[in-house]
Amino acid sequence: MKASRREFLKLAGVSALFGLGANAAFELLTPGALEASSEVAHGAAHGEAAAGVQAATRWAMVIDVRKCILQEDCQDCVLACNSTHNIPTVGNPKEEIKWIWKDTFEHLFPDQHSQYVDEGLEGKTFPVMCNHCDNPPCVRVCPTKATFKRPDGIVMMDMHRCIGCRFCMAACPYGARSFNWRDPRKYFEGKEAMLNPEQPTRTKGVVEKCTFCPERLAKGREPACVEACKKRKSDCLIFGNLNDPESEVRKILRKRTSIRRKPELGTKPSVFFLV
Amino acid sequence: MIERALKGNEKYWGWVGLLLLLIGVGFACYIYQLYTGLGITGMSRDISWGVYIAQFTYLVGVAASAVMLVIPKYLHNYKKYTNVVIFGEFLAIAAVTMCLLFIIVDIGQPARVLNVLLHPTPNSILFWDMIVLNGYLIINVIVGWNTLLADKKDVPSPGWVKPFIYLSIPWAVSIHTVTAFLYAGLPGRHMWLTAIMAPRFLASAFASGPSLLILLLLLVKSVSKFDPGKEAIQSIAKTVCYAMIINVFFLCMEFFTAFYSNIPSHMHSLQYLFAGLHGHDRLVPWMWTSAFLAVVGIFIMLVPALRKQTGYLAVGCASIFLSTWIDKGVGLVIGGFIPNPFETVTEYYPTFPEIAISIAIWAIGALILTILYKIAISVREEQVETDVI
Repeated sequence: MKASRREFLKLAGVSALFGLGANAAFELLTPGALEASSEVAHGAAHGEAAAGVQAATRWAMVIDVRKCILQEDCQDCVLACNSTHNIPTVGNPKEEIKWIWKDTFEHLFPDQHSQYVDEGLEGKTFPVMCNHCDNPPCVRVCPTKATFKRPDGIVMMDMHRCIGCRFCMAACPYGARSFNWRDPRKYFEGKEAMLNPEQPTRTKGVVEKCTFCPERLAKGREPACVEACKKRKSDCLIFGNLNDPESEVRKILRKRTSIRRKPELGTKPSVFFLV
Repeated sequence: MIERALKGNEKYWGWVGLLLLLIGVGFACYIYQLYTGLGITGMSRDISWGVYIAQFTYLVGVAASAVMLVIPKYLHNYKKYTNVVIFGEFLAIAAVTMCLLFIIVDIGQPARVLNVLLHPTPNSILFWDMIVLNGYLIINVIVGWNTLLADKKDVPSPGWVKPFIYLSIPWAVSIHTVTAFLYAGLPGRHMWLTAIMAPRFLASAFASGPSLLILLLLLVKSVSKFDPGKEAIQSIAKTVCYAMIINVFFLCMEFFTAFYSNIPSHMHSLQYLFAGLHGHDRLVPWMWTSAFLAVVGIFIMLVPALRKQTGYLAVGCASIFLSTWIDKGVGLVIGGFIPNPFETVTEYYPTFPEIAISIAIWAIGALILTILYKIAISVREEQVETDVI
């Protein structure tokens, strides 16, 4: 068969279109199958716990607000996180990168603060971070699965896959996500010694957030913020497994009254505040 | 065909030159943005979408509006639209192209944009938006171009184009519905979390797009020998009038629900837009301008004596186009982010490079439109000449 140049180009174009579309079609017809076959490493991380079977681990954070407000000027947890994860000091509040930070009760619980805020709470700050929701809106909206929920409940970011569309920032009702508006490495120029070589720096144009330090959990250590808090002997941050009835987090949640941010949205946060 | 766009008088080339200049300035700014990051824009961690996504949202509406000509022409065989429907389709092509460009410039890592295809995620509305927008572009290119080819030879469009024409009708509805779902499904963004978001988008689309089309057709009439026909323009004007009244009605419904229920979080964004919140009122003059223009526009379009005069008609269409542009291209996206999840207010001001990039994309749209319209007009003018002979 003799194909003219025109016919060849036509065929090549159609084949290319099909090639691009085929992946999408495959995903629609058999969701997850592609991932399972071609992306073993990533696929495992993206996989949800099988229906009906409860995962062994469900990480959660408990923040003891009563204890924390006594440590007014303490920033240990925030500083520990920033240095562990190479989070730059941006300066401009509009472009800040924040994984864990301190804010007031009125800001963190805008629906619950009454006209007569508890005198002990008024103006006092305590830490807040990504809620690692059971039902995370950010994961639902991400067009590339760059943000995904691990079987142990951690809502994770793949900063190499993120295209920087910021849909997750619009979807997160907690303001827990930060975008790299500029090259974050720029802020470390001349201060390279401050970088933690065990953790990556990020590039401009991607979203990031608290990860509950999975690289530390894998080694049996607690998240950096919790460790810093314990070192100070303040014990305001308690981290543990919600699926273990005898874990420290479950014990304290049985004993004390806890609240979560914006529970009416159905996101089921796994960060609890003891009040 | 394309050679028709290469012949023109001085004014034509002057216009093309101006557009190319604007595109050049915007392109330089975009290179700067690529190099420095989106920090060169006025966006922030609180207002994480700005002018780019707002323009995208508005232009999806302009694109969808071609269906307001396609339905009467192809479902009701309304002959007055025979010669103008192609201008609607070409407007759709230019508008969708602008939409896609506005998304590209808003993305932090544009080199990774194909990840959307490599890792298709059906639970993300953005994935579906990509499908419907690209689909709509392809459909309109197929239909518009083949209609033009057929017109040139003075024969009816080939039969195989018909299914694409019919497909374009639900598809036009889909692009704006899916775009509304980008906003309407987000927990915690109270102004966007409304079931009438998609109907509102469609109503404002069918007001804004056709009003722009009337302005373009009036322009075409004044610069060429092609006359779109008074009746065709008046019919489009009636469409604009109905759609704009429905659009304003929907907006009033939002106000009723928010303020009669008196739920603070539902009132906050609207308060910010129309009265100011916690002392921040940057968008208040814009929103009242939009409201004023909506009233002026509806009044002109509603009164036949005014609507039938070209001057008033142009003012009415411009009012409605601007009113909906402020409402959707400024207020809707920015207002939805205010107040932020901590109920504090961060305001947003677009920067010079951000505005220059936006203007460049509008200029690219205008250039595509100019070229396509030039070709279509030349074909029409040839018909007029042969008719005279």
